[in-house]
Amino acid sequence: MPERLRHLARWEAALAVALAAVFVLGVTSSSEFTSSYNLFTLCTNIGDIAIIALPMTLIVMVGEIDLSVASTLALSAETLGYLWGHGWPMAAILVVVIAIGGLAGAINGFLVTRVGLPSLAVTIGTLSLYRGLANVVLGPQTVSNYPTFFTNLGVENFPGVPFLSWSVVIFFVLAIITGVVLHKTPYGRSLKAIGLNREAALHAGIRVPRVKMGLFVLSGVVCALVGMLYTFELSSAGEGIAIGFELKVITIVLLGGVSIFGGVGTIAGVALAAFVYAGLHSVLLLSSSFNDNDFQVVSGGLLILSVLVPNLPSFAQRIREVMRRRAARNRASAGALERSA
Amino acid sequence: MSTAAQPPPAGDLASPRRLVELVLRARTFGIVVVLGVFVLITALIQSRFVDGGNIRFILTQTSLYALVAVGEAMVILTRNVDLSVGSVVGLSAFVSANQFGAHHFPIFAVFLVGLGVGIVCGIANGAITAVGRVPSLVVTLAMLYIIRGVDTIVVGSGEVVASTEPNGFLAMPQATLLGIPDMALAVTVIVGIAAYYLSSFRSGRDLYAIGSDPDAARLAGIPIAKRVFMAFVISGALAGLAGVVWASQYATINSTAAGGLELQEVAAVVVGGVAIFGGSGSVVGAALGALLLQTITSALNTVGVSSLWTEAIAGFLLVLAITLDRGIQLRLSAALRRRRVRLGA
Amino acid sequence: MPERSNGAEERREAAPADGEPASGEPAVLRLIDATKAFGAVHALEGVSLELHGGEVHALVGENGAGKSTLVKILGGVHQPDSGRLLAADGRELVLAGPADARDAGISIIFQEPTLFPDLSVAENVFIARQPRGAARRIDRRSMQRQTAALFERLGVSLDPDRIARGLSIAEQQLVEIAKALSLDARVVVMDEPTAALSAFEVARLFGVVKSLREHGTAVVFISHRLEEVFAICQRVTVLRDGRRVLSRPIAGMSAGDLVRAMVGRDIVQREHGRRVAGAPVLRVDGLTRAGVFQDVSFEVASGEIVALAGLVGAGRSEVARATFGIDPYDSGSVAVGDRPLDPRSPLAAMNAGVAFVPEDRRQQGLVMSMSITDNIALASLRRLRRRGLLRSSVEQRFAAEWAERLQVKYSRLSNPATSLSGGNQQKVVLAKWLSREPRVIIVDEPTRGIDVATKAEVHRILAGLAQSGVAVLVISSELPEVLALADRILVMREGRIQTELTREEASEERIMVAATGQAHVPLEPSPA
Repeated sequence: MPERLRHLARWEAALAVALAAVFVLGVTSSSEFTSSYNLFTLCTNIGDIAIIALPMTLIVMVGEIDLSVASTLALSAETLGYLWGHGWPMAAILVVVIAIGGLAGAINGFLVTRVGLPSLAVTIGTLSLYRGLANVVLGPQTVSNYPTFFTNLGVENFPGVPFLSWSVVIFFVLAIITGVVLHKTPYGRSLKAIGLNREAALHAGIRVPRVKMGLFVLSGVVCALVGMLYTFELSSAGEGIAIGFELKVITIVLLGGVSIFGGVGTIAGVALAAFVYAGLHSVLLLSSSFNDNDFQVVSGGLLILSVLVPNLPSFAQRIREVMRRRAARNRASAGALERSA
Repeated sequence: MSTAAQPPPAGDLASPRRLVELVLRARTFGIVVVLGVFVLITALIQSRFVDGGNIRFILTQTSLYALVAVGEAMVILTRNVDLSVGSVVGLSAFVSANQFGAHHFPIFAVFLVGLGVGIVCGIANGAITAVGRVPSLVVTLAMLYIIRGVDTIVVGSGEVVASTEPNGFLAMPQATLLGIPDMALAVTVIVGIAAYYLSSFRSGRDLYAIGSDPDAARLAGIPIAKRVFMAFVISGALAGLAGVVWASQYATINSTAAGGLELQEVAAVVVGGVAIFGGSGSVVGAALGALLLQTITSALNTVGVSSLWTEAIAGFLLVLAITLDRGIQLRLSAALRRRRVRLGA
Repeated sequence: MPERSNGAEERREAAPADGEPASGEPAVLRLIDATKAFGAVHALEGVSLELHGGEVHALVGENGAGKSTLVKILGGVHQPDSGRLLAADGRELVLAGPADARDAGISIIFQEPTLFPDLSVAENVFIARQPRGAARRIDRRSMQRQTAALFERLGVSLDPDRIARGLSIAEQQLVEIAKALSLDARVVVMDEPTAALSAFEVARLFGVVKSLREHGTAVVFISHRLEEVFAICQRVTVLRDGRRVLSRPIAGMSAGDLVRAMVGRDIVQREHGRRVAGAPVLRVDGLTRAGVFQDVSFEVASGEIVALAGLVGAGRSEVARATFGIDPYDSGSVAVGDRPLDPRSPLAAMNAGVAFVPEDRRQQGLVMSMSITDNIALASLRRLRRRGLLRSSVEQRFAAEWAERLQVKYSRLSNPATSLSGGNQQKVVLAKWLSREPRVIIVDEPTRGIDVATKAEVHRILAGLAQSGVAVLVISSELPEVLALADRILVMREGRIQTELTREEASEERIMVAATGQAHVPLEPSPA
């Protein structure tokens, strides 16, 4: 509906305003906010999450969800550690990791498209399964001796721009590509159609199971690659890596204006939301009273707000509806038909 | 109608009702069978597995998970999900056990505190989901983190240690009646009450209706928001109680207590036969699911498999359970349709 | 009991122009001057209805005449824009929702009953009102006994304890009727109850209706099948284009009278000008799907319009969907030109030049919240690409051109499909498919729920397509439409093709005979 369209532009505009507000808040509350170091940290914090948010956006667009992203990331990271610890060359590890990510995604996709299970339940299960497997692969050890060429990815900034991390640059590139695909190609249009009305999409010749399977595999591969990136950034892989990532990814996606029901949303919104999130995190952490745990509460609150706010107009409408009915009932005497003798 | 219409030929096929009942019973029976198989095999490998002490231990562990599973089952029956239970248990464990040291509360008061914490969380979940009409997945996922965050703030770097807790409290898990742990008996009673409520009272049956077909429920005039709200409050309350149980079982509580519990609970409930989309299943099944998962964990430990596998196995079982249920559902529908065609109706 | 007593404010009632005799029975429910519009569509205009206890009142009219709107008003689903609903004692009823209708003693049996699949039959009957015993505990035995008693009263045997999942449509209807009885409904409305029933089930239903009559309930019976109307109804109301055209006892009427009132003309307009059919384009051979359709074979030639007629539930839509690749089939083949089509692949069908306008335009034909442009472009996206990307100017020009060609009335192309009337929505669906310039077009219920003017336009469009060499397969439950459009008519019954009729041979009677398997269709008035 045009209201939806207007609502969406409103959402992105609101996010832009929020981003500006966060920036102003940051600048005014701490002199360190705009320092290269701080901005760089902000970027490294958000970059990997934002990259994963891209395939997640597409999956939510078609009305599904993938809660196993962090676990796939962990599985790939632990595999990297294990294989590297056993002397495998990095190129071979890359191939294995991609294969594992693809397989993980394919399992999700198979269960959702061929067996017909709800993606929520499936990915809750694979979240545990893949995380458990990740724990088993490396166990309690950690591997840290990665070549500096790779670990520099997490430490060095993008050449020429002191506050940009590699992960954010990769995100921007991927975001542009994803944005173009989603908004300007037949494939992207078919994603929106599937999310809005799966049956109609089927009737228009869109191969819904194939598309969904492809998205899950894509998500798996992307998570696996980010798993490697993340490991290099941390310079080590160990147990408990990326725990809770999936929530941050979903928060950013929903905060970005993507509807949990599918079919609605923009990549621009998700990108804006990622930086609003990261900016807020940075601002709050710079002020001495907040720490990471406190931010958990804030991000949970943001998530709820981002799904509650779109519902407000219909909520108000429902209240008006209830009022109207009550008034109508009071006006005329309603009641059961008289039981005729 | 002028032509003589023939009634369908009397068939000697099993009535549809018997077929469906058979399948459902087989499902619950299936859990018991798998349970038995696990116990048998493990006992053969390591007889220590079935000695009294270990069985009591398993039952005591199960009682905590089963308690939460009852509430989770009620939420899932309505086609919702409560992913915040782990955080609720953790928060409740700390806040309630802390009262011993901070205010010298007696044990029953501590239980009330835990219950209260759980109810407050349940109200928040229920209000946003039912009244705000927000998908419960998102709400409870967010609450998972909000509550865990609050927990971390409240706990700070501290923790509750055993020395602040009265011996009577810490000894609760060991107490037995006729050889059966008190906790297991208490939870069995609660499961029984919940099962009775769900089968014999209108508001309980409404939960099944809501999950079975939400639109039909609305048309039938069932107060959906009210019922879903209650389901979340109960889930929160039971998780709150379970928090106190957690405190008595683990004694030391910090801010990471009961992390990840919700996934095990969802797995237990689904393995126990509650449909992931709601509408069918039982709290007894959910409790059995919890028992099965705990038994498997214990069995794996006994046999020497690393506990790192627990998470993987829980996830695998969840996926297996929903896959099998789907397969059963498809075959059942097909069989019921074929019967109809054959009877010519 | 005086019929016209009215305690509420004075209002001049519509004069009973049809000369309906004042019957001795009391009016149990009266609808006066109801009007309801949905946007541009005037579903009902000044319709009045009187229901009497112990009488089966037929509500008849073509698709889009306003029957289902009327039913929804009675059921509290819609509220009329103007008009009143009066109870037996003259009290005005305001039905704000289905619960109010139930409280008022009105029960609607919709065409697609909504039962709770996971609950038992007895519990479905008594949902939210289960009988209670001591301590407010549900008394299951009483519930079971009462349900069994209800079924006995209806003369059917259904196990009250069986789960509702797997019940046939007929059985689900019976459960709904039992529910209505248990609610002590004074008015039971049945919306196309026989659409999906076998002959046996229809006979059983009629017995149930008879027992409802004897009980003093007022029954509203909506049906397309005129022989059923004559078989069990005592009074009939005909709606046409949202207005009440006729309302009188059925005694003394003929089917021809009814058809004339429904359609407004004596003879069904036939298309002028014969078409010359070319070579067969669509070939369906031995298509079978267990339990749905058996051994269906037919051909559609280019330039010809073939209609699949029959009652709802005969399997026509299923055959169409299987042909297009949406639904599976067990054996047989579909070929376009010489090339066989991959089953289960709508994309393959589309690539071979097949278009499919589905039955349910809101759920299957359109993405309602997408813009008109997006909807028209949805099946042509690949062709609209410029260097791999979609450009909105290209899409808009495309959509505007086709909207113009089909004379779609809209205010802005960027508006969502929900802003259009039913007729224009259907045109958008047609635009989506015609813009692909198909060789074969399958249209399922082309004019369901659209106004008469647009209906004529759609018919012209279909005829024009045939004229330009497209092979057209039409599925329709409206006999006048079938007769007006088709060069050949295939009548399906219970999953098989019963008869093939050419346009010269066909008549409503012959089609109905084949569709129902009736040896004799009483078109003469039957004694009430």
